[in-house]
Amino acid sequence: MLGQMLGEAWHAMGCNRMRTALTMLGMVIGVGSVVLMMAIGQGAQYAVAQTISTMGSNLYIVIAGSTNPGGVRSGSGFGPTLNVADAEAISELEDITHVAPVHQGTQQLVYGSKNWSAYVVGTTPSYLDARAWTLNSGYPFDDSDVRSATRVALIGKTAAENLFDPGEDPVGKTIRIRQTPFVIIGTLSAKGQNLDGRDQDDTIIIPLTTAQRKVFGVPFAGSVRTIVLQASSAEVMPAVEKSVTALLRQRHRLREDTDNDFYIRNLAAAADSAAETTRVMSLLLGAIASVSLLVGGIGIMNIMLVSVTERTREIGIRMAIGARQKDILAQFLLEAIMISIAGCLIGLILGIGSALGVNAITDMVIVISGGSVLVAFTVAAGVGVFFGFYPARKAAALDPIEALRYQ
Amino acid sequence: MSEAVIRVAGLGKSYVTAAGLFPALKGVDLTINRGEFVAIMGPSGSGKSTFMNLLGCLDTPTTGDYYLVERNVGHMQSDELAILRNRTIGFVFQGFNLLPRSTLEDNVALPLVYAHVERGARRERAREMLAKVGLEGYAQSLPARISGGQQQRVAIARALINSPRLILADEPTGNLDSHTSADIMTLFGQLNDEGITVILVTHEADIAAHAKRQVRFLDGHIVSDLPTPRSAGTC
Repeated sequence: MLGQMLGEAWHAMGCNRMRTALTMLGMVIGVGSVVLMMAIGQGAQYAVAQTISTMGSNLYIVIAGSTNPGGVRSGSGFGPTLNVADAEAISELEDITHVAPVHQGTQQLVYGSKNWSAYVVGTTPSYLDARAWTLNSGYPFDDSDVRSATRVALIGKTAAENLFDPGEDPVGKTIRIRQTPFVIIGTLSAKGQNLDGRDQDDTIIIPLTTAQRKVFGVPFAGSVRTIVLQASSAEVMPAVEKSVTALLRQRHRLREDTDNDFYIRNLAAAADSAAETTRVMSLLLGAIASVSLLVGGIGIMNIMLVSVTERTREIGIRMAIGARQKDILAQFLLEAIMISIAGCLIGLILGIGSALGVNAITDMVIVISGGSVLVAFTVAAGVGVFFGFYPARKAAALDPIEALRYQ
Repeated sequence: MSEAVIRVAGLGKSYVTAAGLFPALKGVDLTINRGEFVAIMGPSGSGKSTFMNLLGCLDTPTTGDYYLVERNVGHMQSDELAILRNRTIGFVFQGFNLLPRSTLEDNVALPLVYAHVERGARRERAREMLAKVGLEGYAQSLPARISGGQQQRVAIARALINSPRLILADEPTGNLDSHTSADIMTLFGQLNDEGITVILVTHEADIAAHAKRQVRFLDGHIVSDLPTPRSAGTC
């Protein structure tokens, strides 16, 4: 019975190819755009998630307060309010996995006849752990390097590309930062841009003590500009922020009515808002695409209504020779569902095809998930049933005598 | 052989029109036994078409009772009526009413689709029926490719495919020339000889003459109900 009905529906569709094709086109465009938009939206979410994961998770950055010598305020990060001892004290707190004091700034690097301005980070070995940063080659410096202020460096991808010839291995080479020679002992893996768009690979990492003494020079021994710390999980982050603030206020002997002489920035908050933005964007894209799916469904209803009117006499004949109302209903419903599913399949192919095309032409990240394909397909079939039902019911409710008389 | 295929008592049907309730049929009593060949005659507006629609279970009466093979049709739901139309009655229309886009075989087999007969059996039975009406070899043709007389034969084959007790023919020769009409009437005569009850509506006396009994309608009443005079010359 179902086979026969499918055959008849196929036959009816074939009898009016142009019209069937145009009806399908609505579904094709609807499903195609849903798939494409979801691919772009999920791609954006994926790209943001990637960027966030390169920053390291559950990070806080404590930034030193500003200096105020002679009325010229220096901006945050330049005051002598944070030091290595603060970092050591913080590492004693609960729920903190890594603490790394950082003294950083932009410096000119020189290698042979080439020179390049890069971001120089003076820190301790735990910085790499907090940032989840691995080495491509060589080995990292350790605590003894920090204690003895060795002149060693880890070089990021971008900095290396600008200082060394292609194919030249930076490891073992000596570069100069502010006249001080540094031996490169390792190359950092690529991280790409951070959320601000800054190239994280345009970086040199050196031991903190070396940075303080040889590169930047500090007004007070042991002072650092920032402290990077990693909480053990996302849940404990608010508690960690409180305890770090309390600890630093106590260590800095701040009175109750005095403002903090440091800032705590939560990188997770920035990451969350970026993720939220892309999530909203992909929802919006999906919603807009769904409208075209809806319009496609209305197109099906339109054509099915025309079809019912056009085939009134056929319906009358079928009823006269014994078709029940539900037989007629099923016939027209099946036709609508077949049109929408066929349109959906073509739309899926086109949508996936154009998503891959977008990926090939632009740098946009595209994610085609089985879930989005399944959703598009289910919605399309649902649209077929929903918009096919009204015309089908209209057909089934025809009076056989009237239908037979219809010219 | 006096089993009543059709028994109607006080059958009435009124239509709601803009001018009020219009009685198309006003209390008709009639019994048609198995194996009869009845012509229903009358001018247009006499109620004969309304009567045929009621007999054909396409419509339900306003008043009175209709027993089709001893079952009261008056209170049946549309699904039950559909089953009766499918199994008990075979329809033949003036305009043939074949599905133009289906092959003759599919047209003939259509009632079996709604009787849930399996495909192979449907095809076999449809070919049998086409052969019975003299159209073997036309199974894959489309209705537009054959003549009106042949189309009506296909329609008759379709009416016969579910072995109905009763054939209802509404002006079956109305669209045919006189020679073809005679052929079709001969075919009805043969079916009647096989024991199928045949009821046909016509307003042509020479077509009615093929029947064995003539019932005449006027203004919603039966005005005469007589056997066909032998002199009129049935075949």
